[in-house]
Amino acid sequence: MSKEHWPLPRFPEPDTEPFWRATKNHELRYQTCNDCGTVVFYPRAHCTRCLGASLTWNLSAGKGTLYSYTVVRQSRHPAFQELAPYAIAWIDLDEGFRLLSMLTDLEDPGTVPVGARVSVAWEDFTELSLPMFRVDR
Amino acid sequence: MTRAQQQRTAAVVGIHEFPLRKVDGLSALQIKAASAAAALSDAGLKISDVDAVYDAGEAGGSFAGVTMAEYLGIHPDVIDTTSVGGSSYEFHVAHAARDIAVGRANVALLTYGSTARSDARAIGTGGAVAATPSPISNMEDPWGMTLIANYGLAARRHMHQYGTTAEQLAQIAVVTRYHSTRNPEATKALADLGIRETGEITIEDVINSRMIADPLHLLECCLISDGGGAIVLASPDVARGTRHRPVWVLGAGEATKYPENGGDITTTAAAQSGPRAFSQAGVTPAEIDIAMIYDSFTITVLAILEDLGFCKKGEGGAYVEDGSLRFDRPGRPALNTDGGGLSSNHPGMRGLFLVTEATRQLRGQSTSQVPGARLAVAHGNGGWLGTRHAAGTIILGRD
Repeated sequence: MSKEHWPLPRFPEPDTEPFWRATKNHELRYQTCNDCGTVVFYPRAHCTRCLGASLTWNLSAGKGTLYSYTVVRQSRHPAFQELAPYAIAWIDLDEGFRLLSMLTDLEDPGTVPVGARVSVAWEDFTELSLPMFRVDR
Repeated sequence: MTRAQQQRTAAVVGIHEFPLRKVDGLSALQIKAASAAAALSDAGLKISDVDAVYDAGEAGGSFAGVTMAEYLGIHPDVIDTTSVGGSSYEFHVAHAARDIAVGRANVALLTYGSTARSDARAIGTGGAVAATPSPISNMEDPWGMTLIANYGLAARRHMHQYGTTAEQLAQIAVVTRYHSTRNPEATKALADLGIRETGEITIEDVINSRMIADPLHLLECCLISDGGGAIVLASPDVARGTRHRPVWVLGAGEATKYPENGGDITTTAAAQSGPRAFSQAGVTPAEIDIAMIYDSFTITVLAILEDLGFCKKGEGGAYVEDGSLRFDRPGRPALNTDGGGLSSNHPGMRGLFLVTEATRQLRGQSTSQVPGARLAVAHGNGGWLGTRHAAGTIILGRD
């Protein structure tokens, strides 16, 4: 996996920076609203239900189910054209938030069952780690 | 609402679809201006009649709308620069009809121009990387998403949730290509874009074509062409003096869709925009003769047909699989009778052509004409089906 051209998150970006800083410690974080309890994701400084500005950061166990996925057979992006075929997925975490991610350690990316149980599998970069997911066996 | 209460307060009176898909040396602005002239000529109007300009800013530069007015040399009373990808033109038609209905404008001009093909823009497989970081770019850019993969996410979930098959999705590409073979401009377009086999295709052809992003095959993906066009809308007083019978904007709806925790990505923004448009028009999907549905990919059409109410959610596969959306098969609406984005014209933002072909049908001018077509829906989907998009639904009817 060539990491040289990988399009990592960039900062300053105040909404998502706390999420990404925590990934260096392999912490998958999400927010809940202190006023109405809504699970907020992607991270923001306000609640997406009541617009309240009081949110708590929580730690996810990194377990979830595969909501959908696709296998990219062709990409012209320099980081990804060598990686293809690779699987991009929507993951429904057990805590109630949906995260876009990549499936890793797949023997055949074309035969993953939607609805499969998955667990976070961290891919380390210098300043942060990417929360990829592995299908549970 | 009874038919007598239907609003006939604004009409499409002039259309033009730029005929070339490879424009060698022309700019997007030049395509827009040439198309404006042709659409005004089609209507029998002059550029000096135009008092409202709608512009998505797709030709580049700053101050969209202002620069278009300057380029054309006019001083419109209304400027609208709504930019929501391929659905921009359904929004523009909706806004123009609204502005005309309340008397803010008499003659509205919409233009579109793109040199996506000549620029060799890898729209479908290029991968998106934002210039400056945003919450969305920071959460999504690291995963190597392509446009086609994004639609693949929606297609895979649709297959899982409802049992939709690859063969059913493929039928949409087969029907669209059939219409393309009857449209000389579409056939020329395919040849000019380097597609060797420009004739009819089969379900097997689609399924045996190269997989681009599972479960979407090459022949389920729209073309990347150059192109453009223009539309002129006018008030009833102006419309009476134009060259063709007016095509009335009977209803419009707009909506957005984006990822939500626990959300359903098989349902598009059409589920919100469609009912509003049909309700305003006072008609039902069963009455529609012509369905111009944004066919960026086969799954786009399938999901939108469901969401507009042509069939129940999840039953789109069964609805399309017998090929009855062909123009010559009665009982169901005719789908994308110009050949669509799949087999005629997709310079990146196809929405304008949905309205031009719907208008041709209601005038009796299509190359795959449905006899006596009276009602059409034009539904634009702008953005990414598996993450976020905008939708504009327009109901059109003739007298």
